[in-house]
Amino acid sequence: MGVAVRVEGLTKSFGRSPVWDDVTLTLPAGEISVLLGPSGTGKSVFLKVLVGLLKPDRGSVWIDGDDLPRLSERRLYEVRRRFGVLFQDGALFGSMNIYDNVAFPLREHTRLSEATIREAVGQKLEMVGLTGSERKLPGEISGGMRKRAGLARALVLDPEIILFDEPDSGLDPVRTAYLNQLIIDLNQQTDATFLIVTHDINTARTVPDNIGLIYHGKLAMFGPREMLLSSTEPVVRQFLNAQRIGPIGMAEEKDATDLAAEAASGAQLPPLPPIQRQLQPSDGGTRRAERTPGEWCRGHGVIPPAGSFTEPPRTLVQVTL
Amino acid sequence: MSNPAGLALRRSGELFAFSLDALRAVPRRPFQVREFIQQAWFIASVSILPAALVSIPFGAVIALQLGSLVRQLGAQSFTGAASVLAVVREAGPIVTALIIAGAGGSAICADLGARKIREELDAMEVLGIDPLQRLVVPRVLASMLVAVLLNGLVSVVGVTGGYVFNVLLQGGTPGAYVASFQALGQVPDLVAGEFKALVFGAVAALVACYLGMNAKGGPKGVGDAVNQAVVVTFMLLFALNFVITAIYFQVVPQKGS
Repeated sequence: MGVAVRVEGLTKSFGRSPVWDDVTLTLPAGEISVLLGPSGTGKSVFLKVLVGLLKPDRGSVWIDGDDLPRLSERRLYEVRRRFGVLFQDGALFGSMNIYDNVAFPLREHTRLSEATIREAVGQKLEMVGLTGSERKLPGEISGGMRKRAGLARALVLDPEIILFDEPDSGLDPVRTAYLNQLIIDLNQQTDATFLIVTHDINTARTVPDNIGLIYHGKLAMFGPREMLLSSTEPVVRQFLNAQRIGPIGMAEEKDATDLAAEAASGAQLPPLPPIQRQLQPSDGGTRRAERTPGEWCRGHGVIPPAGSFTEPPRTLVQVTL
Repeated sequence: MSNPAGLALRRSGELFAFSLDALRAVPRRPFQVREFIQQAWFIASVSILPAALVSIPFGAVIALQLGSLVRQLGAQSFTGAASVLAVVREAGPIVTALIIAGAGGSAICADLGARKIREELDAMEVLGIDPLQRLVVPRVLASMLVAVLLNGLVSVVGVTGGYVFNVLLQGGTPGAYVASFQALGQVPDLVAGEFKALVFGAVAALVACYLGMNAKGGPKGVGDAVNQAVVVTFMLLFALNFVITAIYFQVVPQKGS
């Protein structure tokens, strides 16, 4: 069962260049959240601060009663075991084969017999579709396979919080679709709290229960997916719909003259596209955190764009990644 | 921190703090016996041959340098004494240090640096495993053990090299060479040499681990770290060697003085 992560007033800078400041949000227990943002806005840094790999300048990360930045080293290592992290390139140990990589956390932390370990590792590898590749070294397999092996390793200690650092970077669209489905199914099976850092809009629009957007050193918005997908806030709207018109420029933000010129030329954002339905678990069941489509919009008097929630949920029949 | 002096000072402080952290992690369980043995074997395998090959000419050069001088003074029978003194006291630990830093340290630094930029170390920390305890401590201990053993090897090979050179090429007598071993040298010399090797092994591994684990900026960063590790280790080792030798001369009474 997942656990909520409460982030309060988190601020981080490298030397004199600030990354983001005063980020406050709560990752609800058992739900899938996505953190979006243009490249270079410190999304991965946020992830590393969450697990205590980097110390924030100010602020807290609360998990139950523990404030991560203020824990003793020893306690921090204990709390970290509640996390599973999928790093960008899988971060597999290059000197070990896939099997040993996945078995590594079990061998280090538990006194399980090799037979039990083999069973647990086999189960996780099957989950990510890597059965048969146990003896391969990380250098001998493709980037997508490394990512899945990294995921199997992150899952092997049955974490309560799972963090994904750009799970879709470097994957082809089909593999990304499979991976997204896998994330939904994993959430259904484990009820863990998920945070996905990405800039893939398709993932952001269809996978999560909550969306957050980091822009210009601030958390621009964080909330239920329908709230952000129906939002007319310029930054949110521009990013979630991949438009050029809006405050985000090529380098960072556009300056006032650019924006004035844009307004003068009469350029306008196209109307909001319909909100797609969320991905469903592939076995046809429901996730604990799942909400009925349009629930948030109805509850908050927001009229979703025409045609929303009509598209039938895309389900993949069988997940074999 | 644009000031280079300030930067150097801060890096020194960080290295010192890192060393203390590593020291504190030494008694922490579980001991990484497997990793320790693997690393010791690895460092030994990359350093034994170069160490032996370096120490043969080293012993020979000392014999060569002393040969003509002592003959003029009529003290040919003391060639052995001088050779033992030079090799056991100074050349042994220094050759050991150079080889450990150049062959072992650079390999350790490259290995940890590559792991760092591939985020393996981060992954390890997230899996609840302290890289300091899991990777650094076994490497430092292995390096210390191998340095001590290597120093023994270098001493023996160096003295043998001097013997062969003196007896076969310079016409010295075997008996005089061996008999004079005890004239200037004494057992504490060997102990001091081994102690130096122990310290050098620890320093080489600590510097290599520290720089490797702080590598940044992709593959080039790893290359830079390895380069720095070798240079910094050499500088530290020669400075330390001077300090230890100076203390040794103060503490242990010398023969013939």
